[in-house]
Amino acid sequence: MKKLIQMTINDRAYEVAVEPNKTLADLIRYDLGLTGTKKGCDTGDCGACTVILNGDPVNSCLVLAVQADNAVIETIEGLSTDEGLHPLQQAFVEKGAIQCGFCTPGMILSAKNLLDKNPAPTEAEIREGISGNLCRCTGYQKIFEAIESTRS
Amino acid sequence: MKSYDVISTRANRIDTPDKATGKAVFVDDITLPGMLYGALLQSPHAHAKILSIDTTEAEKLPGVKAVITAKEAGQVKYGVSPARYDETVFAVDKVRYVGDEIAAVAATSLDVALDAVSRIKVTYEELPAVFTVEDAVKDGAPQLHDEFKGNLCAEVHQEFGNVAEGLENSDIVITTEMKSKRQDGAFIEMQGCIAEYDNRGVLTLTSSTQVPHYVQRTVAMVLGMDVGKVRVKKPYVGAGFGIKAAANPMELACCMLAKKTKKPVKMNFTREQVFMYGRARHRFHHTITTGAKKDGTLMALKHECWLDGGAYTSFGIATVYYTGSLLGGPYKLANMSYDGYRVYNNKPACGAQRGHGAVIARACFEQQLDMIAEKIGMDPLELRIKNMMETGDTTCNDLNMRSFGMAECIEAVRNGSDWDKKKGHMPPGKGIGMACGFFVSGAGYPIYRSDTFHGTVIVKLTEDGGTALVYTASAEIGQGSDTAFAMIAAEALGIPLENVRLASGDTDMGVDLGAYSSRQTLMTGHATKEAAENVRRQVLEVLSEQLNVPVEKMDIRNGFIEFDGDTPDFSALRTRYIKEHRGWTDNPDSDKLTFKEASRIAFLERGSIVGTGKYKPHSLGGKFKGAAVGTSPAYGCSAQVAEVTVDMDTGQITIDRITDAHDCGKAINMTSVEGQMEGSISMGIGEAMHEEVIFDNQGRVLNHDLAEYKIVTSMDMPRVKTIVVESDEPNGPFGAKEVGEGAIMPTIPAILNAVYDAAGVRVYELPLTPERVFHAIQEYRERTRASA
Repeated sequence: MKKLIQMTINDRAYEVAVEPNKTLADLIRYDLGLTGTKKGCDTGDCGACTVILNGDPVNSCLVLAVQADNAVIETIEGLSTDEGLHPLQQAFVEKGAIQCGFCTPGMILSAKNLLDKNPAPTEAEIREGISGNLCRCTGYQKIFEAIESTRS
Repeated sequence: MKSYDVISTRANRIDTPDKATGKAVFVDDITLPGMLYGALLQSPHAHAKILSIDTTEAEKLPGVKAVITAKEAGQVKYGVSPARYDETVFAVDKVRYVGDEIAAVAATSLDVALDAVSRIKVTYEELPAVFTVEDAVKDGAPQLHDEFKGNLCAEVHQEFGNVAEGLENSDIVITTEMKSKRQDGAFIEMQGCIAEYDNRGVLTLTSSTQVPHYVQRTVAMVLGMDVGKVRVKKPYVGAGFGIKAAANPMELACCMLAKKTKKPVKMNFTREQVFMYGRARHRFHHTITTGAKKDGTLMALKHECWLDGGAYTSFGIATVYYTGSLLGGPYKLANMSYDGYRVYNNKPACGAQRGHGAVIARACFEQQLDMIAEKIGMDPLELRIKNMMETGDTTCNDLNMRSFGMAECIEAVRNGSDWDKKKGHMPPGKGIGMACGFFVSGAGYPIYRSDTFHGTVIVKLTEDGGTALVYTASAEIGQGSDTAFAMIAAEALGIPLENVRLASGDTDMGVDLGAYSSRQTLMTGHATKEAAENVRRQVLEVLSEQLNVPVEKMDIRNGFIEFDGDTPDFSALRTRYIKEHRGWTDNPDSDKLTFKEASRIAFLERGSIVGTGKYKPHSLGGKFKGAAVGTSPAYGCSAQVAEVTVDMDTGQITIDRITDAHDCGKAINMTSVEGQMEGSISMGIGEAMHEEVIFDNQGRVLNHDLAEYKIVTSMDMPRVKTIVVESDEPNGPFGAKEVGEGAIMPTIPAILNAVYDAAGVRVYELPLTPERVFHAIQEYRERTRASA
């Protein structure tokens, strides 16, 4: 039986009826059409589905939608503003930190979470901060450079 | 030297703002009205006869729209190389690996489709299975394919020069073996596709593929359709690394389901299915003998390799040839022999992966160069310089190096890593090692025999003037090809990058063989340049008529017309342009005639301005059997230095630093070149250190996820120093050639040589797990103790 849940995603309120076995990733992608959140494994290993849930990054494929009842969620679509790209997004573009781009939304959200909590991370902290996000294309170097360029 | 305005810069990629904001569309992001969901039934057995298939219960399930098996799909054989088509979409009579496709279902939801799959009843008669090369070639071993006795999929025997004589005349002869493990591509986007069949009989497949062109041909052949009725396009693709470089059975099943139901059908592999399907790097077992003179001159190379191929051929014919042919350089070597064997067994098929066929061979050979250098007391870097081919040289197997910055690469990593200060002076447990490598800039011939152009491109100017539209069927899969071609078009046309819009990855746009063998920058790049130059000439011809200035006295740069000598009076053209644009705010007022005005005038005179370009390599290679594999119009080359720390008590290796220099010809986009180098190195490190697809004794993949199949994470990746060495490749557009695969060649041997430098041990089997290295260290200690 479906359960009615409420959540706020990127400052917009949603009320949706969801099956109890539906993951947050599937709800966000297929029901709400926010396809910037990617699925690379569905088992919590790759980090492509990372979203910020109540202030913390989570693999949305490991969270049931019903667990997100009353949650405040931020996805990649919520980052850029009318003024343009978020500084991290801009840095990823300028530093060449994006190749295929499939890991990028999750990677940027993990990086944002890191910088929100620690505005001047060391290299070791940056490495740890994105260690749950796998990238097979870049070798991470330009991702490090992008994040380093935006730290205060 | 000619200066450039667009290429050779660090322009931001045209696709990355969309990728950074989540706007970029990948195949699973697409939902179509009335779309069905497909699922596959795959074999749970590694080797079994199919006695019967009963789909009745599946078909009865509400929501199921189609169930297909080999009965409906037919038995058309396909594969990668027409020389060895050994697959059918669905298993006919028997299955050959755990995962072999048996049936597919389309239903109104994925849940229903999966439920239906579970209701298909298959009766199997299990057959004895073989899982290793050794077991598969034994007398009396179970046979996978009736046509290929002894499970021998392919064998290659080649000799260039006289290897026996070369070895006889050598002062030092070294023989070693090298064993690797099966890889997985581990791209983050799993394969997925959507097929649609319209009322006019046109089938459109949108797929996460590297090769729309080959997929189009395979779909047409297997479904028995006119190629003109099959359109294949790719949205953004979450990388492929070679594994997505051929049609897969899911794509074909999806097309059949769409054709049967007349509804769009979406299908995706799960991560487990990605591993079950395989098609990534083979497991290699090399035995190489190298002979050299006391002065370090390389004399001969004798090479034998056994490839663990899995159940089908896939790219295997090309792989088994590449494994031998790409050892012909980058050193001068007059005598080389190769005996390669690719063996079938009951595991998923292996195929092509970054550095196709050549990576482990190089890992074996480049270690031997260090062994030779040590024996004669020579710096291994000097030994390589001593034997290095030069620009214009041809290998004993007829690979011609038109441009060749290998010596510059070695010097670059020597300086960049501080080699001279470090080599021989590292503290115990720390080591430094180097290696070289090279790779094709596109295969010299298509996969199927044909005189086809390898790439065609259309450039059209918008009728308002000012914007160039580039249409190419090439495949952007993350490497940055869309940006490279937009930059090439902008440069060739003489306009800013922002005035170029590009669409790609659609077979309706022309022929392009796709993203494999590091071919697109050179080949599609050529076609793009030709198309843009064609358009440029048309605009200048109209201007010539209008202004009475010869075409050769005019140029287009940065969006303006440049005149050789005095600028003619173009006020009539400007007036004509502005008259059409009364009330517009962006009318030109520059001293120079703009490209926008010129291209508008050209349209007014001639109609739409369209230019086409094409590329096909000249005839390449020798006449011997297999001579085509390894040929290319150009070769990229690279040198790398690795620095490592080995914990002598635990065998744990830490890679401290990699210095990499790559000759990519002219770099079209400097940042993208570095990105390919860094990505190649990370994949090489993964393969060297921890990647291995593990099977149980029933042929099932045990580590079918990205937790247990360990690719490099942000915690593992060392800092990399990339040095781009630019040469001017005569066969490349603006002198450009490859970087996507050559950069992985030296990584593994450089690490292995550094481990030896640090710990005194040579490890002949990958990956370098702490356990394996620990045992090697123990053995080394016992050996040195015994001899002390």
